[in-house]
Amino acid sequence: MKILVAIKQVPERDAPVRIGASGKWIEEADLQFALNEPDAYALEEALQLKDKHGGEVVAVSAGPERVGSTLREALAKGADRAIHIVCDDLGERDALGVARLLAGAIKPEDPDLVLTGLQSEDLGHGQTGVIVAELLGLPHATLILHVEKTETGIKAKREMEEGWFQFIETSTPAVLTMQSGGNKLRYATLMGIKRAKTKEMRQIAAAELGADATPTAVLESIVLPQKKKSTQMLSGSPKEAAAALVEKLKAEARVL
Amino acid sequence: MSGVLVICEERAGRIGRTSWEALTAGQRLNDAVTAVVIGAQTESLAAEVAARPLGKVIRVEHTLLAPYTGDGFTLALEQLIRAEKPDYVVFPHTYQVRDYAPALAARFGQSLIGDVIGMAEGPVFARQLMQGRLHGQYRPSGNGPCFLSVQAGAFPAEAAGAAAGAASPAISNFAPTLDAAQIRTRPGEPFRESAQTVDLGSAQRIVSVGRGIKDAANLPLVQDLAAALGAELAASRPICDAGWLPMERQVGSSGQTVAPRLYVAVGISGAIQHLVGMKGSQCIVAINKDVEAPIFEVADYGISGDLFEVVPALTEALKAAQ
Repeated sequence: MKILVAIKQVPERDAPVRIGASGKWIEEADLQFALNEPDAYALEEALQLKDKHGGEVVAVSAGPERVGSTLREALAKGADRAIHIVCDDLGERDALGVARLLAGAIKPEDPDLVLTGLQSEDLGHGQTGVIVAELLGLPHATLILHVEKTETGIKAKREMEEGWFQFIETSTPAVLTMQSGGNKLRYATLMGIKRAKTKEMRQIAAAELGADATPTAVLESIVLPQKKKSTQMLSGSPKEAAAALVEKLKAEARVL
Repeated sequence: MSGVLVICEERAGRIGRTSWEALTAGQRLNDAVTAVVIGAQTESLAAEVAARPLGKVIRVEHTLLAPYTGDGFTLALEQLIRAEKPDYVVFPHTYQVRDYAPALAARFGQSLIGDVIGMAEGPVFARQLMQGRLHGQYRPSGNGPCFLSVQAGAFPAEAAGAAAGAASPAISNFAPTLDAAQIRTRPGEPFRESAQTVDLGSAQRIVSVGRGIKDAANLPLVQDLAAALGAELAASRPICDAGWLPMERQVGSSGQTVAPRLYVAVGISGAIQHLVGMKGSQCIVAINKDVEAPIFEVADYGISGDLFEVVPALTEALKAAQ
């Protein structure tokens, strides 16, 4: 089974994000970046399928030079090779624009399966996988926890709302967007990190893919959320704050 | 025509609440709102939605539209949109919509503006970025219809200024051309993993724990707090993903929706997937080291500090107060 895994590099979860000078994007200068967590689950599922059925796992990501480190991490965890779509204006493209880049790089690979996380932790559109399927003319399923190979394709466990699940079957090739929590994520071993250095990482310039970059939804500005509620912050030492809170919950909110 | 199509979603045989909210959002964009109901049997859904003063109601009906498949819904709605030529297509932001609306929009060369939480003149649509820490303002610039989905709870479900005694909207039918071979996925019956043994929905007090707890070995800290409060213990998704607490204790869009009198969020940053599951709580307390965490936007009381110091202090204070 040949599996392409589309991954994204995003700001680290606890990184302090600030609005950049343009007001249209965040200040990236001091940020640390990491692999988008839902994509880590997509990579894990791909590696487990390869462990069971053999084949090849190829990681693909779009973004500037720094994205190379996240692709290297995927290689260290066990991906066989990587494709880096070099693109410095990722944030200016909309979900369709980014999906066009990925689909353009994936199509010539002719994979059996394309996996990606259900959403990114930075923009959170949650659309890339579904649009890639549309552009490649492939069936898709979303919010998948586990994938089993069948004789004619795959059977996938899909999460629905409020604790419900269903199995969904489709032929391959297909595109699946992965929900988190289906597997335990593996760490890269020292041997894996060493091997990753010798694995193929091919760069493709975004321009080579000829994808239309004009967004139909333009991110005009980024603002700080306006508080809807006035939160009473309780200060002092932990002991003082705790005592103040108990008093408020009793006398003011009357919930104790 | 121009105007707005609002795609309503069925929940247990009725129009779901977020669909009513999507109708409100649609009516703020334009008076000429058409509600669309879609499925294999849509008569009662159409009658239900027609109780609202709307431009009209369209029933998109075909035997292949039940059960839901992404292919079926995309094909049927593509045909409807080509026939109706709306300026806007509005969806409730549900799991089902996330499964097909991005593909449908792409078919028109458009990008869906998803999970919208507000709109302003222009129109400009607001949605959350960076796990809710920032908001982005999006302006549609395409020359096709603008596709958007609205977040649960972002708009009121009730129609504003509904004219009493307004004429009921006309209901018409739209029969899409569908072939069984075009439906490439075979969905199975929905099921639950096991009988739910914890009913967080009826709990009066909940202590909920998130990533900030760092390790399963630290859970006794919040268990003690829950015991001191007489509260149920709950968690955000990452805690259940890691297997530290069972999935049935998860609060959020993929878990349970709760509205207790008191909700204490410990080490939870407040990503939207969690907030939608608990923001209806009467009194919300947040304990988090990051004073800019979005959980403080919905909290009534906040303590910005190290939970490993604050939580034991709070447990002690509660015991002393009893």
